[in-house]
Amino acid sequence: MGGDGQVLECRGLRKRFGDRVAVDGVGFQIAERETYGLLGPNGAGKTTTISMVCGLLERDEGEVLVEGRVVDTKAVDARAAIGYVPQEIAIYPDLTARENLRFFGKLYGLGGKDLEARVGEILEIVDLSDRADEKTERFSGGMQRRLNIGLGLLNRPRLLVLDEPTVGVDPQSRNAILASVERFRDQGMAVLYTTHYMEEAERLCDRVGIIDEGKLMAEGTRRELVSMVGQRDRVSLSATGDMESAVRVAGALEAVEQATRTEDGLELVVEDARKHLPAILTYVGEHAHVTAVEVTEPNLEAVFLHLTGKALRD
Amino acid sequence: MRAAITIAAKDLRQRIRDRSVFVIAFLVPFGLTLIFSLTLKNASGDSKYTATYALVDQDGGQVAEAFTGILTNLDFVTLKPTESVAEASNLTEDGKVDAAFVIPAGFSTTVAAGRGGELRVLTNPNASIGGIVARSLAQSFASDIDGIQVSVATVLGEHSGTPPDAAALQALVERARQTPPTAVLDQNTAESKLFSSTTFYAAGMAVFFVFFTVEFGVRSLLAERETGTLARLLVAPLRPAWVIVGKAAASFVVGLISMTALVVASHFLLGAKWGNTLGVALLVVSGVLAAMGVTALVATLARTSAQASSYASAVAVVGGMLGGTFFPVSQGPAILANLSLITPQAWLMRGFQELAGGASFGEVLPAVGATLLFGVVLGGIALARADRVTSR
Repeated sequence: MGGDGQVLECRGLRKRFGDRVAVDGVGFQIAERETYGLLGPNGAGKTTTISMVCGLLERDEGEVLVEGRVVDTKAVDARAAIGYVPQEIAIYPDLTARENLRFFGKLYGLGGKDLEARVGEILEIVDLSDRADEKTERFSGGMQRRLNIGLGLLNRPRLLVLDEPTVGVDPQSRNAILASVERFRDQGMAVLYTTHYMEEAERLCDRVGIIDEGKLMAEGTRRELVSMVGQRDRVSLSATGDMESAVRVAGALEAVEQATRTEDGLELVVEDARKHLPAILTYVGEHAHVTAVEVTEPNLEAVFLHLTGKALRD
Repeated sequence: MRAAITIAAKDLRQRIRDRSVFVIAFLVPFGLTLIFSLTLKNASGDSKYTATYALVDQDGGQVAEAFTGILTNLDFVTLKPTESVAEASNLTEDGKVDAAFVIPAGFSTTVAAGRGGELRVLTNPNASIGGIVARSLAQSFASDIDGIQVSVATVLGEHSGTPPDAAALQALVERARQTPPTAVLDQNTAESKLFSSTTFYAAGMAVFFVFFTVEFGVRSLLAERETGTLARLLVAPLRPAWVIVGKAAASFVVGLISMTALVVASHFLLGAKWGNTLGVALLVVSGVLAAMGVTALVATLARTSAQASSYASAVAVVGGMLGGTFFPVSQGPAILANLSLITPQAWLMRGFQELAGGASFGEVLPAVGATLLFGVVLGGIALARADRVTSR
């Protein structure tokens, strides 16, 4: 384990391809039982970053430590702590699921009964036990994706790296994949998850790094990122009664930055609505009857737009 | 090493499941060998070898007459008396004769005087077999003349400073006339140096197709890069070199099995005569390594597995044609025969031809060495460029 319980520590990663700087000074840490999301559009430098993290790509500058051990293209043993799930479905279609698992298991030094036991466990985890001896070319896309993830778990990794594992996946399989990532995190792994889907980052990640054009623009929890760029929650109240008084008392609250009357009630701009909503409802309720409340929290899409001037899917 | 074996075993399992490897590695080359050998036998009707030689006798002496007599007595030789060297040269060059013998003026006199003589053989690069037989006949005769010279020199030595005694000269000629058994012996040797059509095509197809058979190894490295499994392999705790070693080992095994199966099957089923077993084994191993070197280097120039496959096929076809796997390249222009030596296929064919002709293990070592050189040099360059394939 690295310092302060960190499983992964990256510092100042830089990679240049010719004249193009693909990754420029990226650094972040991931602790055990933490999912860290690298959120950015296609071509932002996510895959290049994780290639350096996994020791697949030589870096020009910077350092990667996994459990305190340096990882690079020559660090053979340090890579044993990493589980890697590439963006592509990286399995052999002419081998069965069991043969795929056995092959990669052997490369991680497993053998004999240990190997067979682990293969069985993984087949259970990815729910492919009943299809274990079929060639994977006959599998559906979702089944292949599950096996793709299972292969990354063979070595009981301390750090699980998933590179956009839901690209091209149907909604049902996507949900299953996201649920499994949450399970892995809960089991104690540190998870590095790259995506350009804002919803996935918001659901899965304890902390998010926003990356664009090779630079880490900002990182933190979702709330930290939102507050970092000055975004506020929006609270819409449907109400009847003395609306003038309701607007006045709501606007007088310290947490409320702006209060305006709308056709069916009032709209408030609030810092941390979840925290202050009870007080707001108490004061407004003295003058009006509130029939509905809708809280809109600023999302990472808005943060990304604020930081880069472009949408995530650009 | 364990990782390399695991990767090689996985690749072999995939090859076995992909039945096309049996087609490329064995069925097609064996089938073509069968078709070619049957077709050629039927076309020629009689497989007995014949040769036509021009003879320029500028000497007209008794020794020359003796040599001519030897040639005339050989039933597979047709002699075409020719007036001048230029004419003989033209006939040879035009392919109207297989080779030409030139007996220079004064040949009989200088031989009889113990000063030796030069018996010239003009060969046609388009008819290497005829050239080999002609050289063999001339060398056989020359070696007997040497022996006779010693005898004559001894006889003549007793009469030092005097012209050769007519009786002694007559004895010399008579002994020269008695050389046919030696010449016939050499004729047999020369004939046995020829590939039978079956052996030629078995060797040709084995050499031609081994370049396709081993190509899958390097192509699979590119294919694994495309599908992402290479990245997965490289994240595993193993040295990247083991991935390459594993794939090379699988290619080597498939290539070796392919060539060996063809050698054995063509010998037992088609009657091909390969010659010295150890020499054949060495050539087979060096051939597989050369094929691996060539295809590996070609693959490092490609961006995709499909591109690598196309490049490797083009190189294999051109190299196979130029290297004489479908027809004796020596039957083309001389420049082609020389050019063919830039291909490992030509060296392999040369080696197999020598072995089929009765060459010993030691005699085939130059061909083995040249073939291995291709494997080592080209494979080494490919290895140095391997990071272009393994890096993302």
